[in-house]
Amino acid sequence: MPPTASVATLVARARAEAADWDRAGELPDSVVAEAARAGLLGVGVPAPHGGSGGTPAELGEVCAHLGGACSALRALVTVQDMVTAAVLRWGTPAQRARWLPPLARGERRAAFAATERGAGTELSAVTASVTEHGEEIEISGHKRWVTFGRTADTFLVLGTADGRPAAVLVEGDRPGVRREPVEGQLGLRAAAVAHVALDRVRVPRDHLLAPVGLGLSHVVATALDHGRFTVAWGCVGMAEAVLDAAAEHAARRTQAGAVLAEHEVVRALLGRCAVDTAAARELCARAAHARAERLPEAVADTVVAKYAAARAAVRVTGGAVQTLGAAGCAPDSLVGRFFRDAKVMELIEGSAHVAELHIADRLLRRHGFNSAAHVARREARA
Amino acid sequence: MATAAEDVLAFLTRALGSPVGPDDDYFADGRANSLFALELVAFVEHRFRLTVEAEDLDVGNFRTAANILAFVTAKTGDRSPGAVTDAANG
Repeated sequence: MPPTASVATLVARARAEAADWDRAGELPDSVVAEAARAGLLGVGVPAPHGGSGGTPAELGEVCAHLGGACSALRALVTVQDMVTAAVLRWGTPAQRARWLPPLARGERRAAFAATERGAGTELSAVTASVTEHGEEIEISGHKRWVTFGRTADTFLVLGTADGRPAAVLVEGDRPGVRREPVEGQLGLRAAAVAHVALDRVRVPRDHLLAPVGLGLSHVVATALDHGRFTVAWGCVGMAEAVLDAAAEHAARRTQAGAVLAEHEVVRALLGRCAVDTAAARELCARAAHARAERLPEAVADTVVAKYAAARAAVRVTGGAVQTLGAAGCAPDSLVGRFFRDAKVMELIEGSAHVAELHIADRLLRRHGFNSAAHVARREARA
Repeated sequence: MATAAEDVLAFLTRALGSPVGPDDDYFADGRANSLFALELVAFVEHRFRLTVEAEDLDVGNFRTAANILAFVTAKTGDRSPGAVTDAANG
C-alpha cells in the first residue's frame, strides 16, 4: 500500500491548490510526479509487476481521499488503474512485463480512448479502424473526451477490425497521433481532457491487447469496470467533504441573530445528505468486498455502487451549494467545483440511466424476464 | 451436491433470464448484455477455482454451456468434472 503519510501530504496540497489547477485546466507536473512517488499510480497492480498490490478496499480509500480534495487527481489514478487493469487481466505475460512496471511507477502515463462522436454509451458503435499490415497494425479514428489525453503517452484505444472489436495500446509519440485540448467543460477541468485523432497510426502487432473480437466485451469492459469502482469511491470522498463543509457552515453562519442550523429545513437537508453519503460508502465497501473475493456479482455490485455514489455526490454537492449560498457560488469554492464535477460522475463510465437499466435487467432476469430477448421476439412477431 | 453442469446451467439461466440448454449460443441469440461476458468469466473462475486468460476465450470456449464444461475439464488437467465439483465445494 502507498505510505499513508505521502497520501496525506498530497491531499493537503490538493486541498490548498486544486481551485488553481481547475482554473489552469491541468495538474502541475510536480503533483503528478508526487502521486507517482507515493505509489498512487499502481495501487491495484501486484508488487511483482511494479505496483503496491493494494486490495480493492485500499484502492477505494485512496480514491476517496483524493476525491475529497480534487476530482482530477482522483481521475489520474482512475485512468492509470483502468489501463493497468486491462493489461493485467488480458495481456500476455510479455505484455504485462513490458507495460505494467512503467505504468505502475508512473513513468508511463495512461489514457483510455474509446468514446467517439457517434459512440459514447453505446461503444459497440465505434468506427475507429484497426487493420493488419504484416507485422504492424494501423489505427485510424477520432476519439473524444479522453481524460488526460493531453499529457498521456500510452493510450488504450478501442477500434473495430472488420466489425470485430479490437483493443490496441498506442504510444502517444507515434506519428499520426494528434491531440486537441478541451477547455472550459462542465467539470473535471484539471484532468487535461483532449480529443485525440489517430491518422493511420502504426504500431507493432504485439500492441494488440487480447485477440480481435474481445476488445469491447472483455478488455474495455474490464477497464470500465475498474473505472466505475474508483469513480464511485471518488464520489464518496466528494460527498463526505462537502457534507462536512455544509455542516460546518450551517453550525457557524449567523443571519439576523439566528444560526443557519436553527432552521429545520437546513437540518433536514443535512440529514438527507448524511444518509446519501453513508449509503454510498457502504455500497462501495460491498463492491470492494465482492472484488477482493472475486465474486461473480462483483461487476454488478460495482455498477450499483457507482450509480449510488455518483447520485449521492450530485445530491450532496447540490445540498451543500444550497446551504452555503453565495459562499458556494464563489469562484474558488470547493463545494461549487465539486457540484460541477459531480454531474460529470453521473455520465462517465456508464451513465446513470444505463446503470438503472442494467440493475433492473439483472433483477428481472432472476424472474425469467430478459428485456432484450423480449423486444426481439415481439418485433419478430410484428 | 450440484454437478458442474447443473451449476453452469443454473448460473446461465439466472443471468440470462430464460432457460439455457447445453448447446445454446447465448452471445449469438441476443440474450447477453454488455456486462455478461465479464460476469461469466468471473463465475467460471470462482466456481472452478481457475484463472481464465485471453487465449482461453479465443475459440468459443464460453459460447455455450457444453463448451464451458469442456474447457474447464481441459484446463483442470486430469481432474474429472466430479473432482472439479468437489474442489469447488470443498
